[in-house]
Amino acid sequence: MSAAQQAAALAPARAKQRAISPSRGGRPWTFYLLATLFTFYVVALYGPMICIYILSFQDVRGGLVFPMKGLSLHWFVDLFTQVRTGDVKGAFDRSIKLAILVTIITVVVSFMAAMAFRRRFPGDNVVFSLMIGSLVAPGLVLGIGVGLLFNALGIDTSWYGSALGAQLSWTLPFGVLVMFAVMSRFNPAWEEAARDLGATPWQIIRLVIIPVLAPGLVAVALFGFTLSYDEFARTLQTAGPQNTLPLEIWSMTLNVTSPSLYALGTVTTIISFIIIGTALGAIVLMQKRRGARVGGH
Amino acid sequence: MTVSRPLVGWLYISPLMLVLIPFFVLPILVVLVASVFETDGFGGLIPTFTLANYRNVLTSALTFNLYYETVKFTVLTWFFTLILGFFIAYFLVFHVRNPLLAIGLFLICTVPFWTSNIIRMISWIPLLGKEGLINSALLRIGLIHEPLTFLLYSSFAVVVAYVHQLTIFMIVPIFNSMARIDKRVVEAAVDAGASRFDIMRLIVVPLSKSGIALGSIFVASIVMGDFFVTKVMSGGSSASVVGAFYEDISVLQYPSAAASAVVLTVILLAMVSLILRTVDIRKEITQ
Repeated sequence: MSAAQQAAALAPARAKQRAISPSRGGRPWTFYLLATLFTFYVVALYGPMICIYILSFQDVRGGLVFPMKGLSLHWFVDLFTQVRTGDVKGAFDRSIKLAILVTIITVVVSFMAAMAFRRRFPGDNVVFSLMIGSLVAPGLVLGIGVGLLFNALGIDTSWYGSALGAQLSWTLPFGVLVMFAVMSRFNPAWEEAARDLGATPWQIIRLVIIPVLAPGLVAVALFGFTLSYDEFARTLQTAGPQNTLPLEIWSMTLNVTSPSLYALGTVTTIISFIIIGTALGAIVLMQKRRGARVGGH
Repeated sequence: MTVSRPLVGWLYISPLMLVLIPFFVLPILVVLVASVFETDGFGGLIPTFTLANYRNVLTSALTFNLYYETVKFTVLTWFFTLILGFFIAYFLVFHVRNPLLAIGLFLICTVPFWTSNIIRMISWIPLLGKEGLINSALLRIGLIHEPLTFLLYSSFAVVVAYVHQLTIFMIVPIFNSMARIDKRVVEAAVDAGASRFDIMRLIVVPLSKSGIALGSIFVASIVMGDFFVTKVMSGGSSASVVGAFYEDISVLQYPSAAASAVVLTVILLAMVSLILRTVDIRKEITQ
């Protein structure tokens, strides 16, 4: 075979390699273009957030823009001690309690709903449509509806009552959709094996399904917590007299023009990151343990 | 088993319904009912049946302007999030060779989703402001001689904030459907002599359709149902549909707010069901 023939024979193979993300060899030009786009996106995603974290550590002369004026924790102290910034401590407290409640209910109810959707049942399409409707309905419209409903029934709105329900109408459809994705990877053969070995339905759930789906349930918990912790539109008309944290931030964006707003941003983001880190860490740990167990046998 | 199958299904689904009925179905019905009531002017409702609220909403020029503004922001945000989301997902699925690296990069994109939207929005202020980073950088290198004022408290800032918040809603579903494309289909196309552009046009785009549809539903319904970003980032110069009925509520005009809410919800549902006609989401998600 001549060199020319060889080159001709190799050309299609090379073209193919280029087309389907090659594992070896040169990168196509689009790789560099899209890598640039991706880098740009990540910088734009994190850059502004990092700016306000840095700006929140200014001293008393600090303003809303760069350059940095001094370095201190002044605005964090200001945030929790000044009357002008509202009851931030109380709002934190309520938001975290509410998020924990929402998380627990979301995990349990989403899990049960996803179990139901594994088989067809009469009315399943109606339930599915209601869920999608609840997900896409404008939050403020739903909030007004819940507020008016409670009003008509003579029940006071409160963060642990009406706001809890309004938030669940948003976190549950999300949780169920995530559960669908998790369940689609569940192999029914494990369940059948357990049944063949004489397990009761409750034992199958407790000893087979829940342990296998555990990482997915942690993911649902992560969604439940963070969606509730940052929820604004549905809570606005339903929280009653006591604010949650996002409502506090909202009133601050309208009234407060000092870096204490940024300090609040830094504090709430730290809490979010702790939650995300814990959840992702738990998932990785579970997967690793599982891998080790399989490897050991 | 002693219990019948449908009963088991209903038992499992009942907790979900116990939330959806009082906190989604009933509130929507209450809004519907309130929209035909009259107000006593002090926040109370007078039970009656009137279509005056709808007449006011549908015939006012203000409504037309509000929808024009809101639809403008929705279309712009949808366009930019789609372009960004599609190419980022394409990059992660088809260009990153190491699957672990791809998942890592994917997580980097998703982490901000789990933090506060409001904080992410206000974080643009120190960048885009009159004395912000972008203006001072441009002034220093001499590209401009006066600070650009269109950067903050403008339509531009609104779109930037929306794209910043919502691109993730495009990336995740499109990534999901692209990751499911069988690489052998792409190989077969290459063997049959398809160019990379053909592969994109004839394989990748059609097979990502469900992800694109799902992402579009999220982005469009969030932008149309939002008032916060428009209010803060436009500095009050742009209004939005939801913002207008929020104003109505603060002056206790519940019936007109309710009528406006019903109109918006109907438009939103029509849009979503139109998108849903192109794909069967339930099949896409559950399989």
